[in-house]
Amino acid sequence: MSLDRRKFFKVLGVTGITLAIGKEAGANQAIVSETEFSGVLFDAVRCKGCHGCEYDCADANNLPDPSESILKAEKTGMKRKTDESRRTVVNGYQTSKGEVFLKTQCMHCNEPACAAACLTQAMYKTKEGPVTWRTEKCMGCRYCMVSCPFDIPKFEYHSPNPKIQKCTMCYDRLKTGELPACVANCPNDALMFGKRRELIKEARKRIYEKPEIYVDQIYGEHEAGGTDWLYLSPVPFNELLLKTTIQNSSYPQLTKGFLYSVPSVFVLVPALLLGIQKATANIHKISESDDE
Amino acid sequence: MMSNIYSVKVDHGVTTTWKFFLSEIKPKGKLLTPFNIISIPIILLGLGIIVIRFWKGLGSVTNLTQEVPWGLWIGFDVVTGVAFAGGAYVICFMVYILNMQKYHSIVRITVLNGFLAYVFYAGALLLDLGRPWNVINPIIGNNFGTSSVLFLVAWHFLLYMIAQLIEFSPAIAEWLGARRAHKILSGMTIAAVIFGITLSILHQSGLGALFLMAKEKIHPLWYSEFIPLLFLVSSIFAGLSMIIFEGSISHKVFFSQISEKNHLAHKSIMHGLSKICTGTLFAYFFLQLLVFIHGKHWNMINSPYGYWFLFEMTGFVLMPMFLYFIGYRKNNILMIRIAAIITMLGVILNRLNVTVIGFRWYDHIRYVPSWMEIVVTLAVIFTEIWVFRWVINRMPVLRESPIWVKKINN
Ligand code: SF4
Ligand code: SF4
Repeated sequence: MSLDRRKFFKVLGVTGITLAIGKEAGANQAIVSETEFSGVLFDAVRCKGCHGCEYDCADANNLPDPSESILKAEKTGMKRKTDESRRTVVNGYQTSKGEVFLKTQCMHCNEPACAAACLTQAMYKTKEGPVTWRTEKCMGCRYCMVSCPFDIPKFEYHSPNPKIQKCTMCYDRLKTGELPACVANCPNDALMFGKRRELIKEARKRIYEKPEIYVDQIYGEHEAGGTDWLYLSPVPFNELLLKTTIQNSSYPQLTKGFLYSVPSVFVLVPALLLGIQKATANIHKISESDDE
Repeated sequence: MMSNIYSVKVDHGVTTTWKFFLSEIKPKGKLLTPFNIISIPIILLGLGIIVIRFWKGLGSVTNLTQEVPWGLWIGFDVVTGVAFAGGAYVICFMVYILNMQKYHSIVRITVLNGFLAYVFYAGALLLDLGRPWNVINPIIGNNFGTSSVLFLVAWHFLLYMIAQLIEFSPAIAEWLGARRAHKILSGMTIAAVIFGITLSILHQSGLGALFLMAKEKIHPLWYSEFIPLLFLVSSIFAGLSMIIFEGSISHKVFFSQISEKNHLAHKSIMHGLSKICTGTLFAYFFLQLLVFIHGKHWNMINSPYGYWFLFEMTGFVLMPMFLYFIGYRKNNILMIRIAAIITMLGVILNRLNVTVIGFRWYDHIRYVPSWMEIVVTLAVIFTEIWVFRWVINRMPVLRESPIWVKKINN
């Protein structure tokens, strides 16, 4: 059994190149994150819980009318979650400062776990900031759902042609110069769209001017390595059931070590195996001739 | 009788070839065996469920939720099934790289088992995909999600299946009596083996790495940055225990096909494997211990999940290690077989703990697979066994290669 080594390494080379390209693509994404992303600042002090944004979101994205579920939740006091029929929900929470409302939707992470997880780049961090989902690419593996620390992507389990539903920051509207539907229509000015850096400045200003009203934290500034959607609140965020277990470094970072080791394994292991194989083959021959 | 078919087939035209295939497709042996009576209805039922699944969506047959997007089909079929298929790369390493000729007689059956496991269990991934028609996207390269561990795993599944097919192909050539192809294919074995081992190391650990981003969702006793390493090490004894288990069964079922020499070797092979299992189980236990101490999870032990963790570690790692050890020392095949079964249960338990049981452990409503998910899983396993049996009854997997093979090689 002889081995055409040149051919063998050629195969290896090709694999290596695919992997190396992968690394570069990752690096490009990191550079992009240095550029300015757009985002939205949600101010829980201003939100009055009118659910208006939910209707606007449903309109803009052709999703079912949310009134029924809103009414039901008001009656039962149940907390609602986003799902395949709604990309955003507003819930009220009883806190130390009375009822406070919180809007939930995709956080549009700077380094999104969902996009790093996606093997088809259907989940995609645009250079403007919004994380979008592309129908024609997605294969429905739901790895994005497993990976998203905020449990945002939702899947249409009851469709033979299922889609992933999640907030896209109205990326299509942004491209035509419009604001996201929720931001454009909020009657209480609780939502503000802008460059992330400016939003953080604005948030700091609000905290500085009214320190007795705001807690001194901007949720999303560091969470999950920073998100484009930012929150201000009158009460500590755990009272609003915002996930406080989220780590401050980015989630894709958790798999980088593994992915970076792949090319070296591809170079080292075959060489090693080939070496051992040659060595043991000789031993074998020697022992055989000894026997005879 | 078989060799007759070969010799006519090679020399005559299309009709004989056709007849050959037709005769080979037909089942051999009795139709109404207990296995068939159980497996046929389940396979048919499974097929029916699969039809509903593609017609009405995943939600109509599975208990998956927005919170738990991966259930039995991924956690058991794919993640556990592939761990059990790990025996192929370990045995290939021992036989082709370390030149341990003693194990040569089980190479073919192990590779066949591994290959079919990948085809069926990794194939079960397709059932779980919501939009399977887009599965070609990451393959034809119009979109490479190269930062994705799943991308890596999917590609490696594919490449490894090809490598295994090459490793197994001489048996197919012998079945068809294709002498020239046999020569070429045998020449590719070593390259395929080296490539295959490398791929296996990466995707066995990659299956663990899949869950690295779900950091807060997996119970801390099962989550650590070392999941990939733990998955890799456990795939060694998972695969070998599968070989012992499957070997013990096929030794009985296909008794007549196995030559005198290999019958005698069987015991010594099991004995050798039990030693390796003892060692790797020990290494695995030691790793788990290090990870546990490193993670400072002492306070978690005194909780239901803590007891569950201890149960897994003592009952399904330490205990089979001990049994393997005794079986090895006393050369007791029965003990080794029991150890293999417990080890396999332990691997199932471990993979399910990471992927399903410990996933979102803090939720009140837990995911429990639906009966339809279980039936489809069984149908997949039974179909694999059917194909496995079909191949063994036809190709020289357990039985000796035809004589012309030896002539060519000399
Ligand atoms: S919140 Fe989840 S879905 Fe939204 S960008 Fe971050 S990881 Fe992706
Ligand atoms: S479900 Fe779709 S969007 Fe999510 S990771 Fe899979 S392919 Fe990407």
